[in-house]
Amino acid sequence: MCTSIIENARVQGMAKRGDEWFPLSQAVVAYDHARHAPLGDVITLDFINTNLDPGARAGIELTLETAKELRAALDRAIAAAEFEEAEVRGKGSCSASSELRDEFAAGTSGMRVSGACSGRGLGHP
Amino acid sequence: MSFYRGMTCENVTIKGDKATPITAYVARPSGSGPFPGVVLIHHLPGWSEFYIETTRRFAHYGYLAICANLYEREGGGSDGNPDDVAAKVRAEGGIADSQMVGDTEAAVRWMRAQADHNGKVGLVGSCSGGRHAFIYACQRKDINACVEQWGGRVVMAKEELNARTPVAPIDMTKDLSCPLLGLFGNDDRAPSPEQVNQHEAELKKHGKTYEFHRYDGAGHGFFYWHRPLYRPEQAMDGWSKILAFLGKHLAK
Repeated sequence: MCTSIIENARVQGMAKRGDEWFPLSQAVVAYDHARHAPLGDVITLDFINTNLDPGARAGIELTLETAKELRAALDRAIAAAEFEEAEVRGKGSCSASSELRDEFAAGTSGMRVSGACSGRGLGHP
Repeated sequence: MSFYRGMTCENVTIKGDKATPITAYVARPSGSGPFPGVVLIHHLPGWSEFYIETTRRFAHYGYLAICANLYEREGGGSDGNPDDVAAKVRAEGGIADSQMVGDTEAAVRWMRAQADHNGKVGLVGSCSGGRHAFIYACQRKDINACVEQWGGRVVMAKEELNARTPVAPIDMTKDLSCPLLGLFGNDDRAPSPEQVNQHEAELKKHGKTYEFHRYDGAGHGFFYWHRPLYRPEQAMDGWSKILAFLGKHLAK
């Protein structure tokens, strides 16, 4: 394949090349024939900074299946991260975090949760 | 067929599109010539080892060969890692078709200025380079034969067109200026067999001189010996088709 399947995302962060880290400007997601992996067509992830030299790049080639697994892992981690962020904003916290996370994800958490965990969440007396 | 095991290889600087200096790799067979010329247009993975080696391969078969670095402007110079440079090009939306034409024209001009050149030039490209070779053959009249290997996006939907690729190559077919050889894998999806059929129908419609060869059991990039895409039997047959085609059209 010689596709035009290319998606760009602005990203803020850093990536590693060799022994050094460089600031990122962009992530490029593509589906095309692999350049290095001993595979046919792959999802390619390039974390790059086009303002720097072309070597400012962390490149990854994944099978479509494992790319889906990565996406699912990202979704799970992001859902958990958003829950944690919400805690900081005052929704509270408690040891039954997985249960609360489920409630949070389902949109059913609220004052009941905060009350149950009083004393642990930031900003709660 | 004569083989030229001796050759001289070097980087030269040519004046590319808008007079921008770019590097090109040259392989010159040993001997006095005159030699027919081959201009190679590299693929999306860039000015890669595969293309440098293929340039030498043409010299082995008695062609004066040149391959310009179409991604030179993206940085790295002649020593840049082709993978990284190609990734940068992809991130920035690819190179403009017009810039490719300007750079390739410079390589053709370089070829025609060589004392040991026989005055005939063939253009060869694969993948995006196959598409580019076809575009060049439609926009310029200074080459004698064109080899398009599995050129993707010759057929393009309107929504794929943009400032860098403003016209679908298939819509340039009426202007094709030289004989065309096309090699395609039937398992490829870009170009798909249906797109290859459309490509061929347009060539027929305009009465162009062409020959298409479609290979079963092969997909995209079946010449790439370093990739799982490699299909030795189909690739060797494809090479024989290329050498026969160029031998016919580039002989003096």
